[in-house]
Amino acid sequence: MADLHFGEDQPTEAERAAIDAIVSQAEAATVVETERVVRGGRSRRRGLRHQLLPVLHSLQHEIGWISPGGLNGAAERLGVPPAEAYGVATFYELLRTTDPGHRDDVVHVCVDPACAMAGNDDLQASLEADGARVHASPCLGQCERAPALFIQGVGRPDQVPADDDEKFRLPQAGDPGLRVLRRVGVVDPTSLDSYRDHGGYEALAAAIEMGPDAVITAISDSGLSGRGGAAFPTGIKWRAVADEPGPDKHVVANCDESEPGTFKDRIVCEHDPFAVIESMTIAGLATGAPHGWIYIRGEYPRATARLEDAIAQARAAGLLGDDVAGSGQRFDIEVRRGAGAYICGEETALFNSIEGFRGEPRNKPPFPTTHGLFSQPTAINNPETLINVLDIVIDGPDAYRSVGTERSPGTRLFCLSGRVGVPGLYEVPFGTTLGELLDVAGEPTGDLSAVLLGGAAGVFVGPDALDMPLTLEDTREAGATLGSGVVMVFDDTVDMEAIVVRIAEFFRDESCGQCVPCRVGTQRQHEVLVELQSSRQPLAPQRAELIDDMALAMVDASICGLGHTAASAVRSALALGLIGNSQ
Amino acid sequence: MSSVITETAVTIQVDGQEVAVPEGATILDACDAAGVETPTICYGPTLTPVNVCRVCVVELDGSRALVPSCSRPAEEGMVVHTDSERVRHSRKMVLEFLATGVDVSQADELGQWAEHYGADPDRYVPGGETMDEPVRVQDNLYIRDYDKCVLCYRCVEACGDDAQHTYAISVAGRGFGARISTEFDVTLPDSACVYCGNCVAVCPTNALQFKTEFDLRQADDWRPEDQTVTQTVCSYCGVGCNLELHVQDNQIVKCTSPDDHDVTKGNLCIKGRFGWNYV
Amino acid sequence: MIFLWGSNAREAHPIFFHHVLKGIDNGARMYCVDPRYTSSAQFSDVWVGIDVGTDIALANGIGREIIHAGLANQDFIAHSTQGFEAYAASVEPFTSEAVAAICGIPAEVVVEMAHAYATADKAQILWTLGITEHHNAVDNVLSLCNLALLTGHVGRWGSGLVPLRGQNNVQGGGDMGAIPNKFPGFAGVDDPDHRARFETAYGRELNPVPGLHLTLMFEAMERGDLRALYVIGENPADSEADVLHARAQLESLDILVVQDILMTRTAEMADVVLPASVAWAESDGTVTSSERRVQRVRPAVSPPGQARHDIDILCDMAEAMGDELGPRDPEAAWDELRSLSAMHGGMAWERLEAAGGLQWPCPDEDHPGSAFLHGWLWADDLEGREPAPFSALEHEGPTEELSEEFPLRLTTGRALDSYNTGVQSGKYDSPLRFAGLDLNAHDAADLGIADGDQVRVCSPRGSVEMNARVVSSLPRGLAFTTLHHPELIDVNVLTNPDWDPKSGTAEFKAAAVRVERIATHQTAATAGASVG
Repeated sequence: MADLHFGEDQPTEAERAAIDAIVSQAEAATVVETERVVRGGRSRRRGLRHQLLPVLHSLQHEIGWISPGGLNGAAERLGVPPAEAYGVATFYELLRTTDPGHRDDVVHVCVDPACAMAGNDDLQASLEADGARVHASPCLGQCERAPALFIQGVGRPDQVPADDDEKFRLPQAGDPGLRVLRRVGVVDPTSLDSYRDHGGYEALAAAIEMGPDAVITAISDSGLSGRGGAAFPTGIKWRAVADEPGPDKHVVANCDESEPGTFKDRIVCEHDPFAVIESMTIAGLATGAPHGWIYIRGEYPRATARLEDAIAQARAAGLLGDDVAGSGQRFDIEVRRGAGAYICGEETALFNSIEGFRGEPRNKPPFPTTHGLFSQPTAINNPETLINVLDIVIDGPDAYRSVGTERSPGTRLFCLSGRVGVPGLYEVPFGTTLGELLDVAGEPTGDLSAVLLGGAAGVFVGPDALDMPLTLEDTREAGATLGSGVVMVFDDTVDMEAIVVRIAEFFRDESCGQCVPCRVGTQRQHEVLVELQSSRQPLAPQRAELIDDMALAMVDASICGLGHTAASAVRSALALGLIGNSQ
Repeated sequence: MSSVITETAVTIQVDGQEVAVPEGATILDACDAAGVETPTICYGPTLTPVNVCRVCVVELDGSRALVPSCSRPAEEGMVVHTDSERVRHSRKMVLEFLATGVDVSQADELGQWAEHYGADPDRYVPGGETMDEPVRVQDNLYIRDYDKCVLCYRCVEACGDDAQHTYAISVAGRGFGARISTEFDVTLPDSACVYCGNCVAVCPTNALQFKTEFDLRQADDWRPEDQTVTQTVCSYCGVGCNLELHVQDNQIVKCTSPDDHDVTKGNLCIKGRFGWNYV
Repeated sequence: MIFLWGSNAREAHPIFFHHVLKGIDNGARMYCVDPRYTSSAQFSDVWVGIDVGTDIALANGIGREIIHAGLANQDFIAHSTQGFEAYAASVEPFTSEAVAAICGIPAEVVVEMAHAYATADKAQILWTLGITEHHNAVDNVLSLCNLALLTGHVGRWGSGLVPLRGQNNVQGGGDMGAIPNKFPGFAGVDDPDHRARFETAYGRELNPVPGLHLTLMFEAMERGDLRALYVIGENPADSEADVLHARAQLESLDILVVQDILMTRTAEMADVVLPASVAWAESDGTVTSSERRVQRVRPAVSPPGQARHDIDILCDMAEAMGDELGPRDPEAAWDELRSLSAMHGGMAWERLEAAGGLQWPCPDEDHPGSAFLHGWLWADDLEGREPAPFSALEHEGPTEELSEEFPLRLTTGRALDSYNTGVQSGKYDSPLRFAGLDLNAHDAADLGIADGDQVRVCSPRGSVEMNARVVSSLPRGLAFTTLHHPELIDVNVLTNPDWDPKSGTAEFKAAAVRVERIATHQTAATAGASVG
């Protein structure tokens, strides 16, 4: 029999239960109504496809891997061809498609720069000595408390041992200049009442009062731009979605931060989840989008739980649902977990991931504002961007612009890690210099040799950049970027060649593999750097030329930002002389 | 193709030359209209563009990065450069990249373009990663030699949404480790494959080969220059699919279907594709 | 909106089904009416698994519901049809409950289908042998036509009635007059005006009496009236229902001449075999597809040994009988057809050379061909034709009722990788090939049969041994096998020869059988009755 062909392997009882937990038999793609009537078909299958990643998560979590039988069961329940389900399952770091041979938890140890500087290898060795199942992982988003661990549970909840509210303290706690972080560490993140006591949901009331048009105008006038890395003007984005006809529109909060060195979404979502929910709700009402989605990386169990809890409380209080806060408008939010793929932070890859496809970026145009999630108009924003909306709505654009610069108004969150006084999340006005920011973080721990700005996709700058004001315009002029707000500091004791090789390896590992320049370019770039590292010779001119040639092709011809930026850090390290000299 | 072509004309400039194309046409269509040849790998006239190979990129005034001509709709007033330094560089690099990891020896068109752009796959670090896949011979109809696979997605599209809707294969894995695969790499007879051979028909590098061709190549007796191609109509059901019979030494050696035929659009079923050897 | 009714097009017409899938991808809903949950049904929104041979009851029930719900297209009925009152009266007993009882499906589905079809903007009914391989084949077809007339889903772009032709040139044979009662271009031999036209063209007197179709020929053989048979490219010794009986008739002939490309079972029985070239790959000519599309076939290879082109053999036969059929040239033969058949008139040979061919009617050389028929139903004056007639039809189940002795319904059909009696398709190495009996799991369990066991299938006409396969695509009480492997499974020993007097087709789709296990899987495996 042709077509949906599920092979011989059947799901076990446990696997069936794991699938049932997400999509029951009654909701399946093919429903046998009677022996003589079967309902199914492609539109029904299409409608279920977005449950694929949740079902795979469930299997991984309950069984410890996606077995052939489990995959068949999931594929049959959802009407997804098994080959496609396999293609999706093999895309993600947190999903396993080979039998691990045990049902132990898997301990992910971060191997990216901040954790490398903090001795991740010693941690890994000691864990392995204790018999743990250790898995070397890309950045886990805990750089301020490196070296980082994430325990992927089998049959029990995932855990991050460092998650401990008692110990959490914002370095700038009590600073009256805080805007976005004002409530972080202050409000009880598990309580809607506490959030309300700290001014929560005043902005939503104000936004309903103002109406969608005035809200979007205020956002535009404030000069707010995206904080995820691309710095696109938020007002223009929202206006474009609002102008699209029809009710099938979406607001997506992109909490998939996976840029090495970035951990701000985690802290914000864990400690001020209602602010994310409230600001998304404002976005939904302003753009006329009834569907809200939070896509959060799979390594953030506590942030996920807090958001889900906050959504439930907001829904119970009438702040989400068919009639949001008496506005007469519908808005509700679904949370979706990523499964370990840096690329899914790219907005169109994120859409594909939610939709149940491989997290491969789409070509743009068309842009998300017209063809976003489910190819419908979508406003997608980073949580930091969204939370800024609350103050703009309440205080107005002028007050918002009272700090920062003309072209970079407001404040900015920075994730400080590495050889810095007190690693952590900081908020300073745009225009603060790099040196001033480092000073806020206290005494440096060594002789500063370089700062990685903007993460692995950013660039290294040297000590001469300490005077550079941290604005969009100044960094751009300097050939740098603020990216997602990473400020990772290195001193002269750090093996920069190892750091740069690891960054190249990170891009090689995280390339989705779709387009040739990035798939092959990141591989070959890594090979050149490994050769350089092992040769202990200065970089040969023809190798330098090759690196430049590859970089130019990746920048010019890749589909998405991953390829565009995969050579930035490498080339800046070469330009600064951090690597490539004989040692 | 997914784009709807209407009568309204759009005028764009290709290498200084004004070309009018119907609304909905792509930059690639405009290049064709202007007589400018463009290398393509993942593009196929019967397939929805996936724009993954990036070899057809062009420079578009006002666009920071290069744009894939196969999928980007032509818009009034666009100014396109197909032979700028940047375009030549990226095209060369794509061809060079592919040749470093994939056996492109049977991808004739690719080889010609690589020569045209001066691609030099030998300048990379020796011993770099390659596809490194065994030839999969699992039945007598067609073989899969993923050493020759450039991951253009054309087979996946032909097996899936664009024609056959069988979805026996997908891209699995990620990055350089990505491969075209059935679920858990099960053999084709154990997969959903219905042997329509539509994947083989669209493969640009001979990674997918009819078994007849594979066997003749193994015997060093595959002689395209001695082959004739005759268009006729399939002898099985009443749908009227057109066949192109490739004949060498008065023997049919493979069967394809014309891309521009309204009924088949290059596609066939197992009977039409393989059921000819009683002749 | 698509009704796929008695057709497994996904396997029997795969490339046509690509076009159906495009419609489904663009939002069309599909109901699949078939006793089996086929691979086509997998793509449908709703599969409706009626009992074999209850199509008229379902169609009448849908018609009744459309009328009662006020969904009939009154303007169209008044303008373009006749006989509505009698039809409406005839479907009155077919309440959804009555239909449910006859067809074995829930009553609500009948209502749902009626509303879905009648309220659709565009709707098509597609069918194949599930409708026509019955003793009341023509009535089955007419019952579907009634639905189109009731709603006006006919004669417009995107709406219509689509019978899918099973063979690559069965339509072309009809175009050329290879029908017992028609001249080329479907001109009736008993129509004096047409006959006069052909007599003038051929320069001789023509027989005004319609000939016999295949089923009547076998009856004539049995009566002893027909003593010589010339078979061209047909394999009745395998393909006829109740095939043992058919073989006996062929044996009894004075002379049997078979012209074929391969040694079929019929050829093996022949007194004279005339080896022919392969029409589509070794000779020149045209074929006409299911959608009336005339296309060119061309020689790609030269015929082996003594094989000759059909046209040469026929001309030589004529010469040997002292006659001259004209030039041995496909193009000349085609031009002769064009001169005699108005609908082919505009199809110049050069126009057919272009990819895609042309669809008739194509009356003149400027005519682009016709994508669909029956547009006249929407013309103000009906183009001078009579309004289309409704047909009042009675439900009759299969002629062979199930009994204690033969409790299972056996139906036959096609598989993706094979074709008819496997003469051609049996020659390539298909990994999909299966020859055997499909059974429902409950029936198999009741009979003590496991997957892979060897079984004996008995009908009132004979018995055949084969492997059994337990499948989920069959409801209880129904067994299925294909006709593709007569060398292994002589399935037409079992099939019911009762035939439709209007079409001459036998009731291949419904025999009563008994299934018995004769060997377990292990033993059966070594017996090797499964191929591929």
